[in-house]
Amino acid sequence: MLRPYVPSGPRDSDTSRLVRVLKLELKGITKRFGSLVANDHIDVVVEPGQIHCLLGENGAGKSTLMNVLYGLYEPTEGEILVDGKPVTFRGPGDAMAAGIGMVHQHFMLIPVFTVAENVALGAETTKAGGFLNLDDTRRKIKEISDRYGFDVDPDALIEDLPVGVQQRVEIIKALVRDAKVLILDEPTAVLTPQDTEELLDIMRQLKSHGTSIVFISHKLREVKAVSDTITVIRRGKVVGTASPSSSTTELASMMVGRAVNLTLDKAPANPQERTFQVKDLTVIAPSGQHVVDNISFDIARGEILAIAGVQGNGQTELTEAILGLQDRVHGSILLDDEELVGRSVKDVLNAGVGFVPEDRSLDGLIGTFSIAENLILDRYDQAPFASGISMNPAKVLENAKTRIDEFDVRTPSGSLAAGTLSGGNQQKVVMARELSRPLRLFIASQPTRGVDVGSIEFLHKRIVAERDHGTPVMIVSTELDEVMELADRIAVLYKGKLVGIVPAGTGRDVLGLMMAGLSPESAHADTATKNQATTPADGRATAARPVQESTSGAAGANAVGENND
Amino acid sequence: MSTTATSPVPGPGKSGQGKSGQATPQPDTNHKPAQSGKPVTWKLPVTLAVLAVVAFIFFGLLGPQGSAKFGVSSGGDFFQLPAIEVPAFLSGIVLSVILLVLAGYALALKANRNRRPPRWLPAVFTVIFVVAFLIWVVGGARTPSISLAGLIAGSVTLAVPIVFGSLSGVLCERAGVVNIAIEGQLLGGAFTAALVASLTHNPYAGLLAAAVAGALVSMVLALFSIKYVVNQIIVGVVLNVLVSGLTGFLFSTVMQSDKAKYNSPGRLPIIDIPVLSGIPVIGPILFKQSVVGYLMYVAVIVIWIGLFKTKWGLRVRAVGEHPQAADTLGIKVNATRFWNVTLGGAVAGIGGSFFTLVAIDSFTKEISGGRGFIALAAMILGRWNPIGAFFAALLFGFADNLQSIVTIIGTPVPSQFMAMLPYVVTVFAVAGLVGRSRPPAADGIPYVKG
Amino acid sequence: MQPSAVPATAQSGSLPGGPDESESLLRRIFTGNGIVTILAVLLALILGGLLIAMTDKVVASTAGYLFARPGDFFAAVWSAATSSYVALFQGAIFNPRGTGVAGQFAPLMETLTIATPLITAGLGVALAFRAGLFNIGAQGQIIMAGILASWVGFALHLPIGLHLLLVLVAGVIGGAVWGGIVGVLKARTGAHEVIVTIMFNYIALYFLRYLLDTKLFQRPGETTPISPILDPSAVYPLLFGSQYRLHLGFLLAIAATVFVSWLLNRSTIGFEFRAVGANPKAALTAGINVPRATVLVMTIAGGLAGLAGVAQVAGTEKVLTDGVAATYGFDAITVALLGRSSPWGTFAAGLLFGAFRAGAVQMQIQTGTPIDIVLVVQSLIVLFIAAPPLVRAIFGLNPRKKQAATAGKTKQAVTTGGAA
Repeated sequence: MLRPYVPSGPRDSDTSRLVRVLKLELKGITKRFGSLVANDHIDVVVEPGQIHCLLGENGAGKSTLMNVLYGLYEPTEGEILVDGKPVTFRGPGDAMAAGIGMVHQHFMLIPVFTVAENVALGAETTKAGGFLNLDDTRRKIKEISDRYGFDVDPDALIEDLPVGVQQRVEIIKALVRDAKVLILDEPTAVLTPQDTEELLDIMRQLKSHGTSIVFISHKLREVKAVSDTITVIRRGKVVGTASPSSSTTELASMMVGRAVNLTLDKAPANPQERTFQVKDLTVIAPSGQHVVDNISFDIARGEILAIAGVQGNGQTELTEAILGLQDRVHGSILLDDEELVGRSVKDVLNAGVGFVPEDRSLDGLIGTFSIAENLILDRYDQAPFASGISMNPAKVLENAKTRIDEFDVRTPSGSLAAGTLSGGNQQKVVMARELSRPLRLFIASQPTRGVDVGSIEFLHKRIVAERDHGTPVMIVSTELDEVMELADRIAVLYKGKLVGIVPAGTGRDVLGLMMAGLSPESAHADTATKNQATTPADGRATAARPVQESTSGAAGANAVGENND
Repeated sequence: MSTTATSPVPGPGKSGQGKSGQATPQPDTNHKPAQSGKPVTWKLPVTLAVLAVVAFIFFGLLGPQGSAKFGVSSGGDFFQLPAIEVPAFLSGIVLSVILLVLAGYALALKANRNRRPPRWLPAVFTVIFVVAFLIWVVGGARTPSISLAGLIAGSVTLAVPIVFGSLSGVLCERAGVVNIAIEGQLLGGAFTAALVASLTHNPYAGLLAAAVAGALVSMVLALFSIKYVVNQIIVGVVLNVLVSGLTGFLFSTVMQSDKAKYNSPGRLPIIDIPVLSGIPVIGPILFKQSVVGYLMYVAVIVIWIGLFKTKWGLRVRAVGEHPQAADTLGIKVNATRFWNVTLGGAVAGIGGSFFTLVAIDSFTKEISGGRGFIALAAMILGRWNPIGAFFAALLFGFADNLQSIVTIIGTPVPSQFMAMLPYVVTVFAVAGLVGRSRPPAADGIPYVKG
Repeated sequence: MQPSAVPATAQSGSLPGGPDESESLLRRIFTGNGIVTILAVLLALILGGLLIAMTDKVVASTAGYLFARPGDFFAAVWSAATSSYVALFQGAIFNPRGTGVAGQFAPLMETLTIATPLITAGLGVALAFRAGLFNIGAQGQIIMAGILASWVGFALHLPIGLHLLLVLVAGVIGGAVWGGIVGVLKARTGAHEVIVTIMFNYIALYFLRYLLDTKLFQRPGETTPISPILDPSAVYPLLFGSQYRLHLGFLLAIAATVFVSWLLNRSTIGFEFRAVGANPKAALTAGINVPRATVLVMTIAGGLAGLAGVAQVAGTEKVLTDGVAATYGFDAITVALLGRSSPWGTFAAGLLFGAFRAGAVQMQIQTGTPIDIVLVVQSLIVLFIAAPPLVRAIFGLNPRKKQAATAGKTKQAVTTGGAA
């Protein structure tokens, strides 16, 4: 997708764009939602032409801050200064007019509109009578596409475009509006390692064209690779600034607020008989596409198999097929030689499958139901909670008390609505429900997505405990760090196909290439040659990307792989 | 009759999964690439097949033996064409065999190549089915002769309020607000038109007042659903009751007290465009209408162009599809919705004036008689597209008209079943043919910042 | 109008779903919600009163010299509104001019009679709401029930007891099937139940009109669309003798409320319904058979509306006409909304609206105020209840801190619903 960047040419002919640079200051920004303080007197200065990183955990208040900056929220206190002058943004329109653009974590693109329509929206050029003039927009898209080597068809429908291209459309949207400061909110969350490298390159190009970038992330490698300045935010407060040369452990402990030991104390696996087997499994989407394409694997008792891959490569459908949520499933799924394909969800759950869905608020919990009710969501009709069709509320509450204690769910009462809990506590409720019965298979999708570090440790320990209890465990995660930490074996999915299964300890770069579809063998070969080719001269050429040694204390913060070109 | 769902409706549909509908080029939100997006289901081919078999048995094998006569020209036409007389049984057989072939083709496409039938197929199927049906009905009647011109002109007339109502629905729902209150908007418009026209002795003042009344009803919908985030379906349902009660109350207390003063609006004149109105069949429907009738054509075209060709339309559709995205681009989501809903109400209000200023020259309780709900159905059948909604509304007008005609000419089909037809068609369509049609993605979902 | 929109909106709106079921009606009345409910009723009555006054002849004539003698004007406004409401009350609850105690309480009995179909049909709507479905189709379900029940009632001649039982069963089945079809269509094809139920209302109505035009249903020798009178063995016994119309149907309405309350809060089926209503995806993932729940809830809802149809033909009317459902099916929606979709809330709302209906007849006779005013007041009540901030603003109530926090949470929920 990305053509090699040629730093001459369009840039020289278009020097006007380099003239206006912009200094952005946030002074004492505070944002409260009721009693919750999302941002507490935050000061940040974004110097012109810099990549400024906001580093912080999920829920630290980074996105809120950026929404304030982009005019989506009004700050409770504090002010924003553009080139030294205080400004008030009543809406995104004001922010855009001041030269601020934003690429949201969840893309703000209208799927059924074309690229040109999305880009034009809100900044339409019109002919007489209010008629749209999309030709003008197409021309602008082409201009920007050419300058940065994006390959974007202005007339393609957004929903037909891959995620990486959609992200470029978002960047084009900002650039068409003459953004001088570009906010990128967790932009790599949806990208493959390779796409991520391309994005980092684009960021450097934008910088060289004079665009400042505010880069919001919790991924230390990327932050170190691309930032000029790093501001660390924790629990809504700025806890300090750091330089990109700081070590990953240093950054990690700043971010989390204590010395972190991100590696898990985990005994080596003791795999026993392979009781869970998937054979020639194919799942066909309503569109006819083979979203899971003829894959086979098995999991032994006492082993964790992690399914890695970029989001949307068939992981969701694979887990749903096992659970019985998919309609068109071919092949065989055997649990203790018992066929699961064609069984109802209820049957599969009753067969001893524990399932933690990837989106807990959507699939795992009913927000308006009490915690107690959520804890029996898949067993409401079984003893002791029900006899016949009559339910026993006392038993339901009793069960809740036990589980809440056992899983350290922080709540005053089991009869509160589950929707009032924090993300971490919600996930504990789901886990508590799924792990509180004898299991023959445990599946957890994105077990720690959007969960605070404290809960992550707890949840990871629970998963390992289930493994050590002798249950086959399947983890699905798009976070390589999590995969590498938990897995005893790693299976990589790409476009519904199983690229390969590799042992734990396989390098990040190899996994990254596999996630882009390369077989394990060629991924190994590829990284080997790359490493050889990395001469000292090359090292200087890529000086902007500090190449880090993997720090043993922080598996979650490994260095940048070198597989980018 | 479910095939009517895919009547010659321009724009995307199951019938139009291609890149563009005939009259809806690029920027329609419903279109998707034919094979990648939506599933190719058995629904359409099977429905077609069932209907074809029904047609073959009833219109064909059990068809009447006589002939059916269709008058084409009416007395005042510019030039006269002879009436068409067809043998009912033979044409029933021929037409239903064509239907069977079409359905077979659709089935074969699905079975062999997993493709949906080409777009023209359901449209052609619908037309043939309707023709066969008509011949069957007329051929079996005591007086097997009807005026085709009259039938079509009557259909258009009956469709007028439905078209306005469905346009109101399109305007609201494209912006993301479900409008169940069309019935109330029509009724409010009808009442106010009668009252104001009576008081001012000027039907045009009544027309204007109807638009205002419709807009006011809509503003209540907008206020409650946007500002107070009340469920839109609930507000709509309750508003219908409110308007019904209010107009009923005022009718009994005010209008009944002095009918001459409060309920004698007078009619809007029929504007006859010379020569053109003499063209057989299409002359009367296009060139011999009241101002409301002409406004209907204007409204359909203007709203279509507005939605798909202008800056305003792009923003409206953006708000209805993905309000967050629109918001991040500085578009005022709730204001856009508010004014769109208000505009929709005004359009429906004008439609309501048809009842009291064109059709009859006085108001009675519940004069809209559920046409607001038919309009809702027309909007869905027309896939949230003004032109589609227009044709769907026309079809309902046709069914409505046919019902009164068959009562007169005396067919074996009870008139109640004719009256039922639009509703049955809608159920079929919603379940069978447009079950997976895509309304605007944010339709019915309130937008709350943050 | 896509299927998925419904649960989302159902969650987000303040109405369906309603408050925690364990909360008693009394407790609700004395909490924030209860105050809003009372104020909403009050506000609607005030507006209705103003409307009555506006169209009153005396008020109009005093308005002519408003500035000369404003007292006359306001006195006229007050008397117009209050005399109507006094008449309404006397027609609904207690008539001091009635002959003897029996006569004085006759209005109350009439209220309960009219409330009977409102309650059961309202329960049908409320139950479906709780499962995230908008059952606008009570009207059609009542009609289908009326058709079946009345036919069993006048065409079959069976022994006492058995006959009524069969009438009841036939009616409930009629409603249940008519509702169940909607459930099947929704579950199998995703057809939006709002559209389907609206269409089914009309289909049922025309079907009824057709039947009343046939030998099978039309009373011999009649030209108007009316059925034969039901056999005496096929009608509900009267509860308090022949001086009142109140019949067994009211006790069945109470029983139905108890049943729905148990079903929703104490049974696994209700758990499924509520889960499907609150978050269908989570319900699916937890192994709940969502299509089955959809069909089942629409069937039960239809059955409950069917009970209202039986109350009409076997209780109040004793014949089948094309007005069998009157507007009960649509009123049932407002009843369920006012009752916030809880069984006993619906019961109370049914009584209130029943009182309005019963009183309105008396009011029209005494003061000439058209019955339609009831529709206005009813719909205003529901609108106001749905928008508590509006009611608070009108009465100048500042929500307490705690309420503000809850509102914040509600807003949050709305957003989540929207995002879903």
